[in-house]
Amino acid sequence: MSNSPGTESLPGLRFRERFPLLALVIERMILSILLLFAVSILIFGGVEALPGDFATTYLGQSATPQAVANIRAELGLDRPLVARYFEWLGGAVQGDFGTSWASRNSVSEQVGNRLGNSLFLAGFAAVIAVPLAVGLGMVSVHFRNRLPDKVINVISLAAISLPEFFIGYLLILYFAVNFGIATFPATVYAGMGIIERLQAIALPAATLVLVVLAHMMRMTRAAILSVMSSAYMETAELKGLSAWRAIVKHAAPNALAPIINVVALNLAYLVVGVVVVEVVFVYPGMGQYMVDAVTVRDMPVVQACGLIFAAVYIFLNMLADILAIVANPRLRHPR
Amino acid sequence: MRLRDIPVTAWIGMTGIALALICAVFAPLIAPYGETDVVGAVWQEADAQFFFGLDNLGRDILSRLIYGARTTLFVALAATAISFSLGILLSFIAAVTGGLIDTVFSRFNDLMMSIPTLIFALVVLAVLPQHLIVLILVMAILDSTRVYRLGRAVALDVAVMEFVEAAKLRGEGTAWIIFREILPNTLSPLLAEFGLRFAFSILFLSTLSFLGLGIQPPTADWGGMVKENKDGIIFGISAALVPGSAIAALAVCVNLVVDWLLKRTSSLKGGRGDA
Repeated sequence: MSNSPGTESLPGLRFRERFPLLALVIERMILSILLLFAVSILIFGGVEALPGDFATTYLGQSATPQAVANIRAELGLDRPLVARYFEWLGGAVQGDFGTSWASRNSVSEQVGNRLGNSLFLAGFAAVIAVPLAVGLGMVSVHFRNRLPDKVINVISLAAISLPEFFIGYLLILYFAVNFGIATFPATVYAGMGIIERLQAIALPAATLVLVVLAHMMRMTRAAILSVMSSAYMETAELKGLSAWRAIVKHAAPNALAPIINVVALNLAYLVVGVVVVEVVFVYPGMGQYMVDAVTVRDMPVVQACGLIFAAVYIFLNMLADILAIVANPRLRHPR
Repeated sequence: MRLRDIPVTAWIGMTGIALALICAVFAPLIAPYGETDVVGAVWQEADAQFFFGLDNLGRDILSRLIYGARTTLFVALAATAISFSLGILLSFIAAVTGGLIDTVFSRFNDLMMSIPTLIFALVVLAVLPQHLIVLILVMAILDSTRVYRLGRAVALDVAVMEFVEAAKLRGEGTAWIIFREILPNTLSPLLAEFGLRFAFSILFLSTLSFLGLGIQPPTADWGGMVKENKDGIIFGISAALVPGSAIAALAVCVNLVVDWLLKRTSSLKGGRGDA
C-alpha cells in the first residue's frame, strides 16, 4: 500500500479530496502496471544476464565459433540488449510475442488458443472451490475444537501436503482406469460442445479443487477466528446479542476483507497450480506449453508464458487489494 | 517441557522424518538392490522378493525409493538451509539498519514475490545449465523471499525493544545486534517457519523433478520416479503412486511437527487462544 500522494499538483489534490476511494484505486492500478513493467525487465533482462548462451546450447558444446555466430545473428541475439528488450516489450503490449525458436510458429497464435483453455479450467475449478472452502471454513469455526473441526483440520493438513501430480494420478487411476467413469487424457479442441468440454475437464478440475480447497479453507478459518476472538465480539456477546445478530452485524463486515483476500490469493495460486495439472492430464493449456518450451529452451515462448502468468497473478493480487480497500474503510486512511 | 506434553501427532511426524533420515543416511546398507540395477521385467508386480514391484526399466522400486530419500532430503534440506540463512541475514540487516537499505531490499523482495515461484523457476531454469548446485541455488533464492518477509516482520518487532536500544547505545556493531540480541529472541517462530519451508521445498523439488527440470535420471528422486512411471497409470499399474505417497507422507510428517511448533509459539506469546 503506497501512501505517497503521486500527484502533488492542485487539481490532483482536489481530485483526491473529492473521490478518496477512486484515487486510491487508481493509485493501486498504476502501482500494478509499474510492477508488471519491472517484472518484464526481470523476465527479459535477468534471463539474458544469466550465464548460458542459447546458441551454444542449441548447437551443442562442439559447435564451431562460426556456426554459433550464425545462429546468434539469425535469432537476432547479436544486437544490443536494450534495443531487443524494447522491441520485445513493444510487441508484447500489442499481443505479438515473436516466433518460437523450436517450431518457427507464431507464439501469440499458440498462446491465444491455450490461454482460453487454461482460464476455462482454472475458472471452473474456482467456481466450485470458493463457495465450498468458505462454507467449510465457517462449519469449522462453528464447531471450533469439536469433532467436525478436528476432522476437517487433519484432512486439510494432509491435503496441503499432497503434491498436485499425486492427487491427479490417484484420480486417474481410480476414476478413469478402474471405474472408467471419467476420461483421460483431458483433450479439448475448438468447436467442442460445452457439456463434452466439462466432461473432459472433470478430473483436472477436481484435482485443482482439492489442491486449493484445503489452503483456502484453513485461511478462511483463521480469518474468521481472529475476528471472532476480538474484543468487540466479546462485548457483543456480553451485552446479550443473539449469536446470529452478533455474526451478521459485527463479525461479517470485519471478516469480509480477509476472506476476499484469501479467495483472491488462492485464485492466484490456482493459476500456478494449473501448470502441473495440465502436464499430468495432457491438457492443451498455457502450462504445458511453457513446460515443453522450458525443456527445449525455447526462450521466446518461455518469456511470453512467464510474462502472461505473472500478469494474471499481479492482476488477481491487485483485485484483492482493491476489494479489500472497498470492503474495509480503515484501509482508506493509511497511516 | 516434558516429553509427555508432546501430542501424538507430533510424535507421528517426528517418527516419519526420522525414518526418512535413516533411509537417506544408510541407503546402501538398507536397500536390497542397487540404485540403477535392472533386476527383472518391466513393471513386474509386487511380490515377496520385490516389495513394491519393479519400475519402467525393471529396477526395484523399494531400493530406488530408499536411494531417492537421500537425493530428495539432501537437496530440499540444502535449499532450505541456504534460503533460510540468506533470507534471515538480509531481513535482519534491513530491519536493524532501516532507511535506504531497508527500502531497497524490501521493494526488490516485493518484485521477486510478484512472480509466482514455479513460473519464476521455470523461466530461470530454461536458461541455466542443468546442474545440482544450480537447482539448489535457484530453489534457495526463490524461497528466501518468503523467509525475508517473515524475518523482517519478526525482527522489526524485536528491534524496537529496550534491550536492543541499550545494545546500540553501548556501541555494539550491527553483527552483534543481529546475532546476539535479535536472533535468540526470534528463534521460536523462525523454527516453525523453517519446517514450513522445508515441507514446501520437498514439494517444490518433487514438482520440478516431475516436470523433468529437477534431478536428472538415472539418479533416483521421488518426483522423478513419478515421472518415470507415470505412463503405467493408464494400464492400471500403480508404480507411480508409490514415490508419490512417499512425498506426501514426508510432507505430512513435517507439517504435523510444524503444526505443533506453531501452537507452542502462540501459547508462549499468551495470545487469545486459537488461530
